[in-house]
This record gives sequence, C-alpha cells and structure tokens, in this order.
Amino acid sequence: MSPDDFVIVWQQYPAIWAGFLNTVTLLVFAGSTSLVLGIVLVPMLMSKKAVIHRSIGFYCECMRCVPFLLLVYLIYFGLPTFGIQLSNWVAGFIALIIYNSAYMAIILRAAWRDIPNETIEAGKAFGLHGSKLLIRIVMPLMLMRSTPVIGNQMTQILKDSAFLGIIAVSELTAVMNAIQATHFIPFASFLSAVLLYWLICLVIEFVTLIFIRYAEVRRA
Amino acid sequence: MTAYDYWSIVQGSFTTVGVSLIGILLGVPLGLGLALLRWARIPFIRQVCYLYVSIVRSCPAVTLILLIYFGLPQFGLSLDPLAAALIALSLTAAAFSCEIWRSSLLAFDRQQYDAALAFGMPAWLRVWRIVLPQVWQSSLPGLVNEMTMLIKSSPAIAVIGLVEITRAAQRVGARTYDPLPPLMFGMCLYLVIIFVLVRAQRRLERKPAGQEVRV
Repeated sequence: MSPDDFVIVWQQYPAIWAGFLNTVTLLVFAGSTSLVLGIVLVPMLMSKKAVIHRSIGFYCECMRCVPFLLLVYLIYFGLPTFGIQLSNWVAGFIALIIYNSAYMAIILRAAWRDIPNETIEAGKAFGLHGSKLLIRIVMPLMLMRSTPVIGNQMTQILKDSAFLGIIAVSELTAVMNAIQATHFIPFASFLSAVLLYWLICLVIEFVTLIFIRYAEVRRA
Repeated sequence: MTAYDYWSIVQGSFTTVGVSLIGILLGVPLGLGLALLRWARIPFIRQVCYLYVSIVRSCPAVTLILLIYFGLPQFGLSLDPLAAALIALSLTAAAFSCEIWRSSLLAFDRQQYDAALAFGMPAWLRVWRIVLPQVWQSSLPGLVNEMTMLIKSSPAIAVIGLVEITRAAQRVGARTYDPLPPLMFGMCLYLVIIFVLVRAQRRLERKPAGQEVRV
C-alpha cells in the first residue's frame, strides 16, 4: 500500500461522484419519505382504537427486530413469488422506506408522549380539536422535540443504504468495491468510502444542529 | 424445504449470536477505555478518541468489514473471514459503547470522585471502586440495546463469506428456487433473538433506582 493508491482511486472520480450522488439520493429521498410516512403513522400509533394501534405497533416492532438486509432480500427475492418483480433500485427504495418509516413512527411517538399534558389541554381549551389540534399543537412540538433523534435516524438510513450494494444498486460502497476489484487497491478505496460517508454524516449533523437551534428559538 | 435446510439456518443463528456476543464482549471494555480517556480530558488523546468515534459511528458495517478484510492484507496482515468480522464488529461496538459510557460518565456526580480524592484513593482505585459500579448500572440498558443493534448489522459479515442467518436463508432459497419460506424462517429467528434481548433490556430499565444510596 502506497500513497499512490489514493491517486489511482481518485482518478476514477466520475464513478465515485456518481456513486456518491446515488447514496445521497437514496438518503434524501428515502429519509424524507419515511419521515413523512412516520408523521402519518404516529396518529394511528396513538389511536384509541385497539385494532389500529395494535396492528401499526406490530408492524413497527417487526421492523425493529429484523435486520435491514433480510428485509431487502424479502422484497427483492421474496416478492417475485407473488408475481411482483421489482428492479433493484425500486426494491432498495421500498425497503429503505418501509424499514425506516417504522423507526420514525417510534421516535415520533416517544416525543408525543413526552409533550406535557397541560399544553394539549390548553389547546383544547382554546377550542382546537381533532386534526386541528394535531396539526397546530402536537405536530410542531413533537417534531421539534425529536429533531436530534431524527438526525440520528438519518445517519442510520445512510448506513443501511450501504447494504443495497449487495443487490447491485450502484451506491458508494458498491462503486468502491468495483474500483478495488479492478485496480487491487482495497485499502485506499474503502478508506476513501469511509471518509466520504463520514463527510455525509457531518453534513447531517450540521443540518440537525440548525433545526435544533431553530427549535430552541421557537420554544423561548 | 427439508429438515436439514431448517437446521442449516438455525446453525447460521449460532454464528450470528456468537459473533455479535464476542464482538460486544471485546468492544465494551474498549469503549469504556475510550470513554475514560475522553473523560480524563487529556488534550491530544481526547481529540483522537473523538475522531475515532465519529468516523466509526458514521461508517456502514459493510464498508468497514470490506475495509478490514480486503484492506489489511495490504499491510501484511492476512485475516480469515471470522477474525475480520470479529475485529469489525468489536470496533463498531467500541465506538457505540463509548458514547453510552460517556453519557453515563457525564451524568455521574463528580463530587463523589472528588470525595474519593479527599480520602486519598489512587486514580485507578477511584475509577474501580467509585465510578465504575455506578456507571455500569446506568449504562447497562444502553449496552443491551447496543447488542440488538449489533445483531441487526451482523448480516454485513455475509459479504465476506460467513454463513449467518440471512446468508444461510438465502442459500437455501437459491437451492430450492423458493426464497420466501427460508427468509421468513430466518426472520422468525431474528424476532426470537431480539425479542429476548428487548425483554432483558426492559427488565434492566425497570430495576428500582435507589440501590446506590445503600451505605
């Protein structure tokens, strides 16, 4: 291993850039979609009807107990049994979204339970109820309180996306694996991948920090 | 699927649990060491620890395992897949448990440490007799949670050829041309393993506070 290895790796920057963009696309698209789905699922998790919160709760617990790669296999290799054939990209996106919506819902539920009862009762006293109470009082508080944990989950989505290389989605790890296989420079190429992932994580942390600041200002 | 197929997936679960367990047994003390180094506020080492934790925590399990398995032989360190997987998992566990230890160290009442100092205890004895017993209690649930996280990221070791639950299930599926039943069976195994761990974690969290008051 010599420093020249890194030069060889970075001479492939069009491929690396493409893989990097794919990873970021997976992260942004799957992350935002699962956050939205999580927001939709939370009222069902907190529903008073046992059938609804039991079934959604069961789905969330299942996702919590299953490794991501197994879900990817179930969707990519298992669904064709029922005649549903998905391309690797679609399967990857669906797996990321199904898996992480459950986590988002669990995170948001914890934040909802943390909201002091007085605030919600004050909202009711002002005549808000049903969806209006949810949108005006519960949702903003819930989202602001759970910002740091949502940021953490985004990191988790980024890390999960590396598994998609196994079903031939050309994300960062898969691209680096291809480079390492062609030029026999595994250490330099995977270390570059690790550093690029770190870079993305730092950006996620930075964005989360901005949201946390905003939340602190709003609460003051 | 034959009985042997089921058995091969169950054997995979031994690998999954075994590798994760050894990973955490090696990683937790390492993480404690890192956390204590950060807690001690030694100028340069502290930044190095922070950098290590930050990078490893953001690194996907697959990438780390590929880096170790394919990268280290370039330095003359040839590893078999099992050793590479163990190193990768314990490095991850060290980084994550460092954060857990650190948060309970931050919550630790520093006055007690100072009191022990007033009694003239040497540094290692202060950590061993005063800090550790209390920090251990408060970080145990987090460490069990870390174990479930490790089990969930363990399918990454399949990329270097180790046969754990996911890979065993996929192999059976590839042979029988019917991937759904083995994958579902694998999923049930994971459900059982993680359910047990989550139960253990809840029990630990429920443990009544106040034990530390005992004089």
